[in-house]
Amino acid sequence: MAAELLSGNQAVGEAVRLAKAQVVSAYPITPQTTIVEHLAELIGSRRLAADYITVESEHSAMAACIGASLAGARTFTATSSQGLALMHEMLHWASGQRAPIVMANVNRALAPPWNIWVDHSDSMSQRDTGWIQLYAETNQEALDTVLQAFRVAEDPSIMLPAMVMLDAFVLSHTYMPVELPDARVVDRFLPSFSPVEKLTPGSMQLFGSFSPPNLCFMELRSAMAEAMGRARGLLLRASKEYAELTGRPALGLVEEYRTEGADVVLLAAGSLAATARDAVDLLQNEGKRVGLVRVRAFRPFPEKEVRALGRRFGTLGVLDRAYSYGAGGPIASEVRAALYGLPRPPRVASFILGLGGRDVRPDDLVKLYRRLLRGETPKEEWVGLHAPAGGT
Amino acid sequence: MAKLTLPERELVEPGHLACQGCGAALAMRLFLKGTGPDTALVIPACCWAVIAGPMPTTCLKVPTAFSAFEATASVASGIKAGLRRTGRGETLVAGFAGDGGTADIGIQALSGAAERNEDMIYVCYDNEAYMNTGIQRSGSTLPGTWTTTTPAGVGKTTPKKDMPAIMAAHAIPYVATLNPSFPEDFVAKVKKAASMHGLRYLHVLADCPTGWKHDPSLMVKVGRLATTSHLWPLYEVVEGAYRVTWEPSNPTPLEEYLKLQGRFAGMSPAEVASLKKMVEERWKALKARTTTGTLATGSSPPSSATVAPVPSAPSPRAPAPASTSKMGPPAISATSRAEAAELPLCYKTAKRCDGSCGMLQPGGLCWELFALGPRHF
Repeated sequence: MAAELLSGNQAVGEAVRLAKAQVVSAYPITPQTTIVEHLAELIGSRRLAADYITVESEHSAMAACIGASLAGARTFTATSSQGLALMHEMLHWASGQRAPIVMANVNRALAPPWNIWVDHSDSMSQRDTGWIQLYAETNQEALDTVLQAFRVAEDPSIMLPAMVMLDAFVLSHTYMPVELPDARVVDRFLPSFSPVEKLTPGSMQLFGSFSPPNLCFMELRSAMAEAMGRARGLLLRASKEYAELTGRPALGLVEEYRTEGADVVLLAAGSLAATARDAVDLLQNEGKRVGLVRVRAFRPFPEKEVRALGRRFGTLGVLDRAYSYGAGGPIASEVRAALYGLPRPPRVASFILGLGGRDVRPDDLVKLYRRLLRGETPKEEWVGLHAPAGGT
Repeated sequence: MAKLTLPERELVEPGHLACQGCGAALAMRLFLKGTGPDTALVIPACCWAVIAGPMPTTCLKVPTAFSAFEATASVASGIKAGLRRTGRGETLVAGFAGDGGTADIGIQALSGAAERNEDMIYVCYDNEAYMNTGIQRSGSTLPGTWTTTTPAGVGKTTPKKDMPAIMAAHAIPYVATLNPSFPEDFVAKVKKAASMHGLRYLHVLADCPTGWKHDPSLMVKVGRLATTSHLWPLYEVVEGAYRVTWEPSNPTPLEEYLKLQGRFAGMSPAEVASLKKMVEERWKALKARTTTGTLATGSSPPSSATVAPVPSAPSPRAPAPASTSKMGPPAISATSRAEAAELPLCYKTAKRCDGSCGMLQPGGLCWELFALGPRHF
C-alpha cells in the first residue's frame, strides 16, 4: 500500500476514483471546491469513467444525483455549509427514494455573518433527513470512510444515502500522509452497484408518487427507520472487512483513546478529537486518569456504545461544534438521551466551542479536563467567548 | 374521410385522476404517442403528480420518477447520465412540469440544463396558474386573469412570462409551442423533438376547465380559439430559426376566447384592449422573426412557412363567423337553476346554493367543491 501526501479533499477525490463512481454532480463552494476540481481532473484524464454534471446549484446537484442513482448508477457529490442547507429538501428526496448517494460534506459554519471556517452546524442541521452521517478525524479516514459509506449505503438491506464529514481547512486543505488501498482490493470490498430495483425503460415503475394518509406513507417511513437501525451493524461489518483487506485498523461507531482506568472522558467528533488526543497525552503524562471517545457515527447514533460508556465512566464531557438554539449541543443532547434510565448515570457536562473556526488548542481542552477532574460539570458552557454570554 | 395519422398506441391508461376536460391529461396522452414507449418521465409537484394515481397505481406505461417542485430538469439530467452509464442511454428522458414548476420555481434548474444542453425533452404544460394547489397566479398567468391570489382589487397586471422566447435565448436545438386542440401538429412536433438530441423544449397549452371556469366539454373549442385568436400561436424554433407551423386563415377576435371563460369575467374593457394589444404585438414580433429567414436551416422553409402547415397538420379550419356568436359564457340554464334549489348548503356561505357565485355548472356541479375533491392533499 503506497502512502501519498494528500489534502483531505484530495483523499476524498481518490476515494471516489477507487470507488469507480459513475455519475458525479456538484456545485463549487469553499472549502469543498478542491474535491470537485480533483474529480474533474480525474474524469478529464480518463482515470475515472464518470459523467460529470456541472449543475447550477447544490439543489440541482442533489437532484441530479438522485436521478442518476434511481437509474442505477453509483453516484457521488460533495458540498459544504450553505450548499448543504440549500440541498435540504432534496436530502429528504434522496433518502425517501432510497437513493444510496454518497456525499462528502466539508464542515463549515453557516452564515450570517459570512464564515468559511469549520464548525458542524451545517451537517448537524441535517440530522433528521434520513442520511447516514460519519465524521472523519484524519485525511486517511476521510478516504476510508467514503469507501465504507458506499458499501453500507448500497447494501440491499440499507439503501440509504450517506454523508461523510471532514472539517473545513483543518482536514480539507491540510496535507497528511494517506495510504491508498490497491484498486483490486477496493474492487473486492466494493463490487459494482447493482440495486435490486432501478429505473427500467418499458416498465410501469413509480418513484415517489403520492401516498395518502392511509396507504403506505408511514410504512415507507418505518422501513427507512429500520434500515437506519440495521446500518449500525453494517457499518461495523464494513469497517472490519475493510480492515482485513487493507490492513488498516477497524473503526467502530465510536473510537476510544486511552480510556483504560479513566475517571473522566471527553466525547468529540471530527478533528477536535485529534486535538483532544494531545490533551489526553499531556494529562496522562501527569498521571491524570483521563481519556477520549470519538463519535464517528452520528446517524445512526451509537446509542448502545454511549450507554456502555455511561456504565464505565463517572464523568463525560461532550464537545459540540454546533448548537441547537433552545436545546443545546446536538451531541450532548443525544448522549444524555442515550443515558436515560441507567441505574447510576454518569455526570454529563456540555461544552460549546470552536464555532465558525474559533481555535481550539490542546491547552483549552487540558483546562476542561482539569475542571471535570475537579468535579465541575456545567450543564452547558460556551468555551472561548471574548465576552461573557449575555454581555454586550 | 380524413385518415388518422396519430399513433394508435396508448401509453396513458384509462382511469387517471384528472378533472374532466383536463388539457394536461390530453397533453400527456399525445406526448407519449409521439415519444413511444422507450421513455422515462420526471414529474415534479404539479397536477400530474396526482393524475398518475396514488402509490402503487399508475396510469402511465412508462417509468416515472417524481420529484420536488423545482427539480425536474436536474433530476432528468441525472437520470439520463445514469441510464447512459448503465448502458441504456438510448432511452428518451422527458420532464413534464406545469407552468409554475417551469416559469417560476423550476426556471433555475431548467436554465442550467438548457445551458448544458442536456439530452432531454422538457415539456411545460401551461395552464396559466398553480392549479394543483387551487388556482393561484403564476408567472405564466395572463394579465387580467382571475385567480385565487388575483381576486378583484389585487389583479394580475403584468404580462405573461414568455417561456418559449426565454428558452430560445438559450440557443437550444428545438423550441416549440403545442396545443392539444391541434393533435396532429402536436404529435408531429413531439416526434420531431424525439428525433433530435440536446435539450428540446415543448411549451404546451393545457386547458384547465376547473381553473379557467368553463364547461369541460368546451376544452377542445377553447384550445382552438386560443390559437385562432393569435394568443397561442403554433410555431417552432429549430436551431434559432422560427417557423409558424399553423396559422389561421381567418383569425378570430380574442374576445371570443375570453368570454368563454369565467377567469376573464372580471376584465375591464381597457384590460381586454391591453391584452389584445399584447397578443397582437407578440404575434407581429413572431411573424417578423419568421419572415427574416436568415437563420433558417434544414427543411424549414423560412418565408413560405407562415401559411404552409407541417405535412401532418390539420387543414386550417377557423370557426365560421356565424357560429361564433353562439359562443358565450357557460350560462346556467333554467333547468340547472331548478336543480340548484335541491343542492346542499354551500360549504363557503352555509346558505342554499343558488348559483350566483358563478361556480355552479350545468348539471349542478360546483366547481369549488370539485376543485377541492381529489386535489388538496
